[in-house]
Amino acid sequence: MSDPVPLTTDHPGQVASATPPAPGRSRHLSDRWLAVAFISPALLLLLAMSVFPLLWALYLSFTDYSATRGGPAHFIWFGNYTAILASAQVHLRALTTLIYVVGAVALQTALGFSIAYLISRRTHGRGLLTTLFLVPMMLSPVVVGLFWRFMLDAQFGVINSMLGSLGLGQVEWLTRQRTALISLIVVDTWQWTPFIMLIALAGLTAVPKYLYEAASIDRASEWFRFRTITLPLVWPLLLIAVLFRAIEAFRLFDLVYILTSGGPGVSTETLSFHVYKVAFLGFNTGTASAYGILMVLVVIVLTQLYLRYLNKLKED
Amino acid sequence: MAVSVDEAVSTGPARDHTPSARRLGGRGRSVLEVALLTVLAVVMLFPVLWMIETSIKENRDVYAIPAKFFGFKVTLDHFKDVFAASGGGRSALSVSFLNSIVVAGVSTALATVLGVPAAWAYSRFSVKAKKDQLFFILSTRFMPPVVVVIPIFLMYRQVGLIDNKLGLILIYTAFNVPFTIWMMKGFVDEVPAEYEDAAMLDGYTRLQAFWKFTLPLLLPGIAATAVFALIFSWNEFVFAIFLTSSDSVRTAPPAIAGLIGGTTVDWGLVAAASVVFALPVLVFAYLVRKHLVAGVTLGAVRR
Repeated sequence: MSDPVPLTTDHPGQVASATPPAPGRSRHLSDRWLAVAFISPALLLLLAMSVFPLLWALYLSFTDYSATRGGPAHFIWFGNYTAILASAQVHLRALTTLIYVVGAVALQTALGFSIAYLISRRTHGRGLLTTLFLVPMMLSPVVVGLFWRFMLDAQFGVINSMLGSLGLGQVEWLTRQRTALISLIVVDTWQWTPFIMLIALAGLTAVPKYLYEAASIDRASEWFRFRTITLPLVWPLLLIAVLFRAIEAFRLFDLVYILTSGGPGVSTETLSFHVYKVAFLGFNTGTASAYGILMVLVVIVLTQLYLRYLNKLKED
Repeated sequence: MAVSVDEAVSTGPARDHTPSARRLGGRGRSVLEVALLTVLAVVMLFPVLWMIETSIKENRDVYAIPAKFFGFKVTLDHFKDVFAASGGGRSALSVSFLNSIVVAGVSTALATVLGVPAAWAYSRFSVKAKKDQLFFILSTRFMPPVVVVIPIFLMYRQVGLIDNKLGLILIYTAFNVPFTIWMMKGFVDEVPAEYEDAAMLDGYTRLQAFWKFTLPLLLPGIAATAVFALIFSWNEFVFAIFLTSSDSVRTAPPAIAGLIGGTTVDWGLVAAASVVFALPVLVFAYLVRKHLVAGVTLGAVRR
C-alpha cells in the first residue's frame, strides 16, 4: 500500500544521487524539514477537526452520556451498539435508506449516461448543452429542496397544475407515505444526474476515434460497437462516479430535512436523518454516537471500495 | 493540417458508398436524438426557470391556479424584500448573505494557505506512506456531516465556539483542506520538477525555487481550486444549521431555509432569495468549467 504515487515521487531521489554527495545530503535534510513544515499544519487541522471528534464520538458511544442531562457519563460498553443493531426502528430506516440510495443512484446513472451518450454524438453545441445540463448540480441542496417543495405542493404547485391541465388527477407528492419517498428520489435524481453525465461524458470523449473507425470498416453493428468499445472503456470511470454518488446519497441529510423532514410518519427518514433525531431531538448523545460510528464504518467500507477503483483507474 | 484535410476528404466518399436508405435512417435517428436531448434539457432546466419566474411574479400570480407560465406582471418587490427590512434598514437575510461571504471567503483562504504547500510537498518529496496519508486525507472528507457534527457540537460548547463565525470557519476549512490538497496535487504534478532543480542549480534554495518559479505557474490552478472551495462553503447547510442560531451569525442557507418555518410561506421571497443565493455560484461554476470533472470528484478524477 505504501508504494509511492506514480511519476513525480522519485524525482528528488534521482536528482540527489546525480549531485555531489555532501551538498546532496544537506539538501535532502532540508527537503525533509520542508516537507514536514508544509504538510503538518494541514494534517494537524484534520486531526483536530476530523479525527479527534470521531475518537470522542467513539468514546461517547460506549457511554450513556446525554448532552442535556449533563453529569458524568457511565460506561455501558456495547449496550448502545446492541440496542441499535437490534432495533426494529433502525432496520426500517436502513431499508428506507437502501431503497433511496439504490433507486436514486440507479436512476441517475441510467439518465446521466444516456444524456452523456446523446451529447457525445453531437458535433455542434456540445459545450452549451453540457453547461445547461450542469446547472442543477451546482445549486445548494437548500435551494433545490425548497424549490421542489414549492413545485410539488399539492394545492398550488406547478407539477399538479400541469397534471390538472393534462386532465390527470392531483397527487399529494410530499404528504403520502409512498409518493414522498418517490419524490425524494426524483428530486435527488434531478440534482445529481448532471454529475454522472459530466463524468460519463469525460469518459466517452476519451474513447479514441480510430476504434470506431476500425469497427465500422469491419461493419460491426451499432450495438456491438457500444457493447465492445464504448462500455468497456467508459465503465471504470462510470463506476467511480456511481460509488461517489452512493456515498453522497448514503450521508445525505439536507434534502430530507428540507423536503419532507422525514415525514409523513417516518416514510422518508433515512439513517442520517434518524441520527439527527436521536442526537438533537432525543438528546441521547451516547446512542447517537454509536449510531454515527456504525454509519462511519459503512462510509469507510464504501470509501475503501471507491479508492481502490480510483487507484486501478490511475494505474491503467 | 494537410493530413486532417486528406482524412476528411477520404472519409467523404466512403460514407457515400453506404445505401441511401441507411443514410435516411441515420438522419431520422439524428433528429430523434436532438428531440430527445431538447426534451431532457427542458425538463432539467424547467425548475430553474420556474424559480426565476416566481421571483419576479406578484404574490397573486405566484399562487394562481392553474399556474401562470406567461402574461404575469413583472415586479422586483421580492428582491427588494431580500435586502431591505420592512421597517427600513437591513433585512436579516442580507445580514446572512454578508455572513456567508465572510465565512466562505475566510475558510477558503485558510484552506488554500494550508492546502497548497501541503500539496506541493506531497507532489515533490518522498514522504513516508504517502499513498496512505493521501487516502486518509480524502476519507476525512467523506465522513457524514450529521455524525461529525455531534462531537463537534460538544467540543464547540466546551470552548465557546457555538453560534460563532470562527467555529464555522474552522470546520469549513477542515472540510476544504482535503479537497485543496487532492486538487492542487494534480496541478503541481503537471509542473515539471526540473524547473525547481534548474533554479536550485542557479543558487536558489528549494523554498525560493517554489516561491519564485513554481507558485506563479500554479496560480490558475489555485484560483480554480479556491473557487470550488468557495462554492462548497457557500452551499454548506448541515454544520451551519446545527452550530449557529442567531441572525447575526447565521449564514444564508439556514436563513433561507428558515423562511418556510411559519404557517404561511412567502414563496416569492423564497424564490428571490434563492436566485440571489444561487447566481454567484453559477457564475463561479462557469468560470471553472474546464476543471469541473476534477472539482466535483474532490480532485480524484482528472481528465
